[in-house]
Amino acid sequence: MAEVFFFIAGIGAVCGAVGVVMVRNPFYSVLALVFHLLSLAALFLLLQAQFVAAAQVVVYAGAVMVLYVFVVAYVGGSNPAQLRAPVGRGQQVIAVLFGLALFVELAIAILGSGLKALSTDGPTVSSTFGSPENIGQLLLTTFLLPFEIASFLLLIAAVGAVVLARRRGGIGADEADRVAVMDFRLPPDIGTMAEAVGGRSTREPLELGSGGGESTRTDRPEGGW
Amino acid sequence: MNIDWYLVVSALIFSIGAAGVLTRRNPLVVLLCLELMLNAANIALIAFARMWNNGDGQIFAIIVMVVAACEVCIGLGLVVALYRRRLPIDVDEIRELHG
Repeated sequence: MAEVFFFIAGIGAVCGAVGVVMVRNPFYSVLALVFHLLSLAALFLLLQAQFVAAAQVVVYAGAVMVLYVFVVAYVGGSNPAQLRAPVGRGQQVIAVLFGLALFVELAIAILGSGLKALSTDGPTVSSTFGSPENIGQLLLTTFLLPFEIASFLLLIAAVGAVVLARRRGGIGADEADRVAVMDFRLPPDIGTMAEAVGGRSTREPLELGSGGGESTRTDRPEGGW
Repeated sequence: MNIDWYLVVSALIFSIGAAGVLTRRNPLVVLLCLELMLNAANIALIAFARMWNNGDGQIFAIIVMVVAACEVCIGLGLVVALYRRRLPIDVDEIRELHG
């Protein structure tokens, strides 16, 4: 039974990979990669890696691919004016030959390996192998330092992406009528006891929207943020 | 299923990813092909973890997934920055990295 599932998932993964490379429209490439990742999660389950399979589906096929879809939609990858024709015939042939040579080399390395255990199904593992308890135990004891470094790496990547993709040059002239959050700020004594007992009358009368428009926008930095 | 088979699938996906990096011009698709190569490495890592009955390979695969997520994050940030500056979204045209 495992063989049937292996071949279904393996063929699905390879077809997804071929789809990513061959499809012209980047949007469909992303969808092919989602299919590929789901097939890979099935392969991980066959290898007793339940936690990694779940993380693959939730984090990779879910979150990362949504990021891809957003960027493809934003950039408009299917716009033919922005994409030149694919690379020339010669480079395609060379790339395919390179891929074939790489595969043959890896296959020789796998099949010619002296590892006897490669041709077995692997040892019988306990039912907790690859479970969240097992992974969590390993991550927080033996591999605590890589775990912390990975979390810092994620933080650095998030900050880097914000810095890279931020808007440079501030708000343009065509966006001057955009509503800013500070336009909705209430005057300082709204909602206080002073308002309830009529203390408002000592100050200037409330003018809704007086702070909106250009006046709140002048204190922003010149070069955007 | 023999561990061999998983490694052959891994090698096949890695080769397809490498050929894709060489043939495609759109940086988004190049990033997708890099994902393919990293995932091929992940299958091999998890197959070896199963082979030696040792969870370390699975931790390695999770860390690879984290690094792949960071790479995607920065790569997509670069693509968005290219788009904002009205530069062509084409890896053959982008040869300089200065601001």
